[in-house]
Amino acid sequence: MNAPRPGRGHTPVPAAARPRGSATVPARRPTHAAPDVRQHHARAVGAPPPRRLSEGQRRRRRLWRTKYLPYLLVAPAVVLEVAIHVVPMLTGVWMSLLELTQFHIQDWSTAPFVGLDNYGATVDFSSETGRALAKSFGITVLYTSLSVFVSWLFGLSAAVFLQRPFRGRALLRTLFLTPYALPVYAAVITWGFLFQRDTGLVNHVLVDQLGLVDGERPFWLIGENSFWALLVVSVWRTWPFALLCITAGLQNVPAEMYEAAAIDGAGFWRRLSSVTLPSLRPINQVLLLVLFLWTFNDFNTPYVLFGGSAPPEADLISIHIYNSSFSTWDFGMGSAMSVVLLLFLLLVTAVYLIVTNRRRIHA
Amino acid sequence: MAAALLTGSLAACGEPVADAKTLTYWASNQGSSLEFDKQTLAPVLERFEQKTGIHVKVEVVPWSDLLNRLLAAATSGRGPDVVNIGNTWSASLQATNALIAFDPQAFERIGGRDRFVPAALAAAGAPGKAPAAVPLYSLSYALYYNKQMFADAGISRPPATWEELVEVGKRLTNGKQWGLAIEGANPSENAHHAFTFSQQYGGAWFDAGGKPTFDTDQNVKAVKRYIDLMAVDKIVNPSNAEYAKNESLSDFANRKAAMLLWQAAGSAFQAQGMSPEEYGIAQVPFPANPPPGGKRVNSMVAGINIAVFRHSRNLEGAMEFVKFMTSDAEQVALNKVYGSLPSVKAALTDPAFQAPEQKILAEVLGSTAAPLPQVTTESQFETLVGAVMKEQFANAANNKPITEAAIRAKLRAVEQRMKG
Amino acid sequence: MREGRGERIARWIVLSFLALFVLTPLFVMVSSALKPLQDVQDSFTWLPSTLTFQAFVDMWSTVPLGNYLRNSVVVASVAAVFSVSIAVFAAFAISRYRFRGRGVFSVAVLSTQMFPGILFLLPLFLIYVNLGTATGLELYQTRLGLVITYLTFSLPFSIWMLVGYFDSIPRGLDEAAQVDGAGAMRTLFKVILPTAVPGIVAVTVYAFMTAWGEVLFASIMTDQDSRTLAVGLQAYSTQFQVYWNQVMAASLVVSVPVVAGFLALQRYFVAGLTAGAVK
Repeated sequence: MNAPRPGRGHTPVPAAARPRGSATVPARRPTHAAPDVRQHHARAVGAPPPRRLSEGQRRRRRLWRTKYLPYLLVAPAVVLEVAIHVVPMLTGVWMSLLELTQFHIQDWSTAPFVGLDNYGATVDFSSETGRALAKSFGITVLYTSLSVFVSWLFGLSAAVFLQRPFRGRALLRTLFLTPYALPVYAAVITWGFLFQRDTGLVNHVLVDQLGLVDGERPFWLIGENSFWALLVVSVWRTWPFALLCITAGLQNVPAEMYEAAAIDGAGFWRRLSSVTLPSLRPINQVLLLVLFLWTFNDFNTPYVLFGGSAPPEADLISIHIYNSSFSTWDFGMGSAMSVVLLLFLLLVTAVYLIVTNRRRIHA
Repeated sequence: MAAALLTGSLAACGEPVADAKTLTYWASNQGSSLEFDKQTLAPVLERFEQKTGIHVKVEVVPWSDLLNRLLAAATSGRGPDVVNIGNTWSASLQATNALIAFDPQAFERIGGRDRFVPAALAAAGAPGKAPAAVPLYSLSYALYYNKQMFADAGISRPPATWEELVEVGKRLTNGKQWGLAIEGANPSENAHHAFTFSQQYGGAWFDAGGKPTFDTDQNVKAVKRYIDLMAVDKIVNPSNAEYAKNESLSDFANRKAAMLLWQAAGSAFQAQGMSPEEYGIAQVPFPANPPPGGKRVNSMVAGINIAVFRHSRNLEGAMEFVKFMTSDAEQVALNKVYGSLPSVKAALTDPAFQAPEQKILAEVLGSTAAPLPQVTTESQFETLVGAVMKEQFANAANNKPITEAAIRAKLRAVEQRMKG
Repeated sequence: MREGRGERIARWIVLSFLALFVLTPLFVMVSSALKPLQDVQDSFTWLPSTLTFQAFVDMWSTVPLGNYLRNSVVVASVAAVFSVSIAVFAAFAISRYRFRGRGVFSVAVLSTQMFPGILFLLPLFLIYVNLGTATGLELYQTRLGLVITYLTFSLPFSIWMLVGYFDSIPRGLDEAAQVDGAGAMRTLFKVILPTAVPGIVAVTVYAFMTAWGEVLFASIMTDQDSRTLAVGLQAYSTQFQVYWNQVMAASLVVSVPVVAGFLALQRYFVAGLTAGAVK
């Protein structure tokens, strides 16, 4: 999560406060930082001499501190991430090379090695499997783009309008953040209840109270509308996080910038486009990426809303892969699909980071 | 140090290592709630412990989780000793080789193969192979109808053919109520009806070699016949197209629908305030003019089987437990509570199973029920074909035309996604 | 800087719309929880026909909610505490040291966010099972297994947020402490942590919520003794019917503590993000 953190090193840090091995020294070549480090330590250790250390002892201690300590500090995190994410993921990649159906799951050694056959079937768009995956993929891209954009828009609007103090502002902000804190299951099952055709609130309001729909009551959990129902739930759960981040971002915009803009006679839109949005660029860069990744991989929302069998119009990739693995018991194929998905996300992220970073440098 | 202590105490919450004196049993959800089932099983397990000294640790697993949990157990070789499985999964799970095969020796161990109802035993694994499980609770589909609604509409007897069902269904459908309730968004439920209709039309979902044959004329017609109850005959509330949480049961019990096709629904009605006097039970209809090759089948052999995991560290005890659960006395006690039928012949004669509902179930099971295809890809068939039908119901509910061509194309597409 | 009239109207419209959007499901959750079962099976009504707390009574016996609640509390709290502790050390190293592999580590942490859960669900499950068989350290179907799984879910984001927070703490403070002879750990505990309380609170809340709501892994990796709320709530949808009023009542009960905790600490959250993400 650290790489895209915007503005690393951009914050002006007083020279005296620069860390050992300052940012100008390439991080990959710590040996170059050695002289600098030695100086600091000489001061740090030497100032009030606690007890006499031999030159060798001191050197070992310095070496220990600068060279091994950081590794020791990150070790627990690395070990856990490797054990819980990386190793299982590599196992998953291996699974994708096997024909791992119900005949073989009990003893994987009996599973035939099929090389890239699963991948072949996955990306062969003339086959039914490939076509279904491609369709699900398209739906997911659309769903994710819309969800991220609308969530961001809602978050931005609310954050901007909550900037100015008014009565009830704290209450409103608190209310807005509630969906983010609500457990997934509780939130989504409630939405499922609202979307029921005969007994749900949505149709009650649209049809019975407002009379907006002519003729029959619409369906929300099946058919074409299911996509929009899913989108609404996703936005409802996601946008408070955007609000949270953008609010945080706005607190860093110096008030003088707005004052200067006001003196120039800038109206609402001008202030938004010339002060607010540019200041938010670093946070938007991260926020959009994180929301994109979370939404793309989101399994909980569709799974709880539709149960295991999502309508084809809302057949998100996570559910599609789940069904390909668990319902049809073909874990090799499911893994191959997951790996393809992972590669896609890696590619998107890489391109996104390159493009946004370049833009920032040029800007 | 604190971490180590914590680790120890958390780990201690895990299940105890199996030994000769304990068994782990995953029961399926048969009653009104998981807790109800636990309480129902408690005295039974108590009796078993008194008899054998073996303590059974039971977990009632919801249906939504059961297949995944079984799969996980099969994959890992870790999990329960004894499990309940939906009998339609028998062949699929048999293929994993994780379950004990009930060969003649094993049957001897639990009191003999002949004790079991043959129809139920036919749904316990691939034909010609030693069954992967033995039947525990037996069920079949039946037609439930609301007596008062029938009387109000001037209908004197339940329909015996689909044509009649449609006809009375239309008379029963008015502004307040619908002729029939359907669980349209539940893939398994859909697939079960697809099977029965296909049988009646002389079709099959798999050929003798176990290869899928989804897009045959008979299957297309069978699926269309079922969807048309909503799309053409309009005797089903379009809302049913989104039902997947047993809402159709509630609709019938709450007098929103006059008919329902279900398995042993009596106790569910009772729980929702509908007494047995209020509804009648009949066999599921047949076509008035059976198409050529049509079979006289009006239900799948439904039910729950009990199986033993090969990885059990207490195989002796596990077999003993299966024997106990399929003993005449326990069969009577358990099936009585759940409204299902015993799977052993001797228990069937018990007066508890002479109620109208159970008599119909027994009649159907004994004569016109057929097991779902006992092939390894059966669970895929339920998932995929059931989902196609769910989609068709959604189309019907949105007033889109349902055509044979569209159904055939969808069935062909999912057939291509089947492996093996 | 004055607010124009158009701006005020726009503000009013936008905020009202969002408030309505957020509030509606919350309102339905509360009102349905107070309805008798009959009400929730019939056409929708905004208010209960008769106000009843029966659902709040029945929900404990339909489903062993108390057990699930206890499991969730234990799992989420322990996962949060460990996640934060581990993240603090890692973030300290990244923020204050330049070491070989630092860049790789950062990228790797980011990429774990891309892993589709479904890809490593089954392998992880098998690893837990085999570890249990081989070493007796039981992670499958135990709360410990869930703790370890969940803490790694929140770890990347926690580290990222803390690095940002630590970066915002002037290095001058460390330097001063070091001049006084403090070692790295003393600097961390005596200088950085006290200053970083908002960031740490924010990360703790985040880690807690991550563990509190997870569904997919909990559904495969738990049994009745270790089941958490997120999965347990599904049990109100039974073989016979869905007890919607009890679902809503139970959802309410399981939401209130987290929501209250989060909202009480939201200031820290914003502060944590402000420093962590924006700088």
